[in-house]
Amino acid sequence: MEINIKKKDDLQIATIQGDIDSSVASEVTETIVPLVTENAKIILDMTGVEYMSSAGLRILLSTYRQATAKEAQLILVGLSEDIKDTMSVTGFLDFFTVSDSIDDAKKQLEG
Amino acid sequence: MQRIDVHPTHTHGKFKLRRGNPAPFGATFVPGGVNFSIFSSHATSCTLVLFEKHAPKPFGEIPFPDEFRIGNVYSMIVFDLDYENIEYGYRMDGPNNFQEGHWFDKNKVLLDPYAKIIGGRDVWGTPPDWDDMYHHRARIAFDDFDWEDDRPLEIAPEDQIIYEMHVRSFTKHQSSAIKESHRGTFAGIRDKIPYLKELGVNAIELMPVYEFDEFENSRPNPTTGETLYNYWGYSTVGFFSPKAGYAATGKFGMQVDELKAMVKELHKNGIEVILDVVFNHTAEGNERGPTISFRGIDNKTYYMLTPEGYYYNFSGCGNTLNCNNPIVRGIVLDCLRYWASEYHIDGFRFDLASILGRDPWGAPLSNPPLLETLAFDPILAKCKLIAEAWDAGGLYQVGSFPAYGRWGEWNGKYRDAIRKFLKADTTVGEMAQRLQGSPDLYEGAGRAPATSINFITAHDGFTLMDMVSYNGKHNEANGENNNDGSNDNDSWNCGWEGETDNEYINALRHRQIKNAIALLMVSQGVPMMLMGDEMGRTKYGNNNTYCHDNELNWLNWDLLKQNNDIFQFTKNCINFRKAHPVLRNTWHFQNRDYVGSGYADISWHGTQAWNADWSEDAKAIAFMLCGKHAKGGTVEDNYIYVATNVYWDALWFEIPQLPPGLQWHVFANTAMASPEDSWTPGSEPVLQDQYGMLVGDRSTVILVGK
Repeated sequence: MEINIKKKDDLQIATIQGDIDSSVASEVTETIVPLVTENAKIILDMTGVEYMSSAGLRILLSTYRQATAKEAQLILVGLSEDIKDTMSVTGFLDFFTVSDSIDDAKKQLEG
Repeated sequence: MQRIDVHPTHTHGKFKLRRGNPAPFGATFVPGGVNFSIFSSHATSCTLVLFEKHAPKPFGEIPFPDEFRIGNVYSMIVFDLDYENIEYGYRMDGPNNFQEGHWFDKNKVLLDPYAKIIGGRDVWGTPPDWDDMYHHRARIAFDDFDWEDDRPLEIAPEDQIIYEMHVRSFTKHQSSAIKESHRGTFAGIRDKIPYLKELGVNAIELMPVYEFDEFENSRPNPTTGETLYNYWGYSTVGFFSPKAGYAATGKFGMQVDELKAMVKELHKNGIEVILDVVFNHTAEGNERGPTISFRGIDNKTYYMLTPEGYYYNFSGCGNTLNCNNPIVRGIVLDCLRYWASEYHIDGFRFDLASILGRDPWGAPLSNPPLLETLAFDPILAKCKLIAEAWDAGGLYQVGSFPAYGRWGEWNGKYRDAIRKFLKADTTVGEMAQRLQGSPDLYEGAGRAPATSINFITAHDGFTLMDMVSYNGKHNEANGENNNDGSNDNDSWNCGWEGETDNEYINALRHRQIKNAIALLMVSQGVPMMLMGDEMGRTKYGNNNTYCHDNELNWLNWDLLKQNNDIFQFTKNCINFRKAHPVLRNTWHFQNRDYVGSGYADISWHGTQAWNADWSEDAKAIAFMLCGKHAKGGTVEDNYIYVATNVYWDALWFEIPQLPPGLQWHVFANTAMASPEDSWTPGSEPVLQDQYGMLVGDRSTVILVGK
């Protein structure tokens, strides 16, 4: 798994490549959580993620909660149909803001 | 400040350890590690066995150091585990002496009875590796679901309308028209919530959802070669784990979240979830059954044993859980508390519940501690507790189940009476009791009408369509020479055994089905219907389809079109029940006018108003409910009059007169063709002749006075 972070103005885009499960939990947490500062705008590009385990979803939700607490905005982009379905039937999807593309996500963040 | 117990104190090879906490039992997250705790009254030592997920061999075995045992409980914290990718089990050493009841064998890896997730049967019907040293594998669950504002709905018992269903059967058929990966799963039920809402039921009762082994006793069908399974799942492997094969996400081990998300969504839509729980026996079966868990951990504690060491078989399934041993009572209570608090389950239906009232030697107890404990438990205080008040050992307690003011009962006498009445085979006297919530069974003991779970059909026995299409059972496909399943079906085929093109017979069958549904929905107590009866589901005369993973069990949703008249009628009857509190009384009728309306709360009639014929050969009965007595006179409702004629000819009924200014309206008349057989509540047409009406042969009429 790899995470690349690009920063442009007040927007941060983290692109994740690879599966997210408990074996990479601390790495994801250590990389993403520092992005979550007061009023930050964050896009997580998940196009390169094929599988997210139960622990993976929990890492994301926990990060999302921290973002909400700091009034930061976090949007998930590029979820595969399978991941979206898993998130939907397990109730996780309800908690996230999801967008189909980075451009749409940017618009949402501006709006 | 950091606690000092986040640091290991012991090591075993590469594993870092610390003394664990005896409570709670099972595997729980603690800072830095996982706390493992298990008890055995008779083991001499215990070893924790750790596997990587799906691995054939363990990667570590850690004997519990002596100093980690408190009393009979072994507990240990293991640090730095990749908790998501491990499976754990135990080896227990101790005496192995059949007559003494001890089955210890340290060569076997045993499932934790408190396992919250069980791997090994992750995807329904995937054949297991029979050489696997550990079939049902404990995993560690996150109990961190976000319920937001949800909690159990606490619908008043008398307001419930229960729909009994089997998770896989409900949506497995392709006609369910949902996403293929959701068919037969918890996610599938969630997809069908709009349907359940349209039907109007407000509680679903799920046939067993605790992990079971569909391959238990699996075998080829002697005629077709098709695999016969333990399909219904009345054979528990683990009491704390949802069935992985029932989850679309079971292959990812996410069945816990999927089931919780389903419950949450049902609650959002006003629908409760009741679980059918099987505490009378386990999947380990008799002396020849597999050693999965209990038998190898503490056989003598968990099971009722004969003096010679054999299993008592009050369940008819090989063994009997020793429910009134204090330790076993503890695990049953822990289990139900867990499901009530962690899964927000609204109620439990206890399979063969009379076993729960037997002492460790099988004798029925007058004051069974387990049933009393459950009745008074603070966490379960608002849960519905429903007993199947009999067992396979001959104990039959309908009307006498030790209730402590809390327990409801599947009213088998209601089922039998209505079935017999529909074929003109019982007295109107008994019918009158059943329609009133069986006061003959419950009132004297101070038990409310809602004690009575009224049902005509359930998973055991015929569907409603089969009840009017078959005189006898046709269980050949079960491979037991038609010897299995009940012979007491009280059914009548309406003139032809099985499916027919005969229009008269089919019309009569639909009418009989509607009569049954109408009577069920106007009876005091709690109506329970069987999945698919609202669309004329058939199992082709098989009354015991426990082993079929095919169309004998899968609900065919195309029937909804084919038998739309039955669906519309059922829906109207459910709405009618919901619209009229007088049908959902909290206490029994007093047969008198105690509010000064001029009418008794209930009055009985026959073909002559105010003059019911109670004779043995009477074939018609009518009753009138006074709306001013609804819920003990606390709310106002309309007058309701129900006339039912099980005679083979039409009968003229004189109708009781309403107070001035009110008129009788026709809500339902099963003799009429759809859509004029029933009306949506509020749109009922006025009855033309307010003094009398013809009730067709084998028909029911329901009037509402307003």
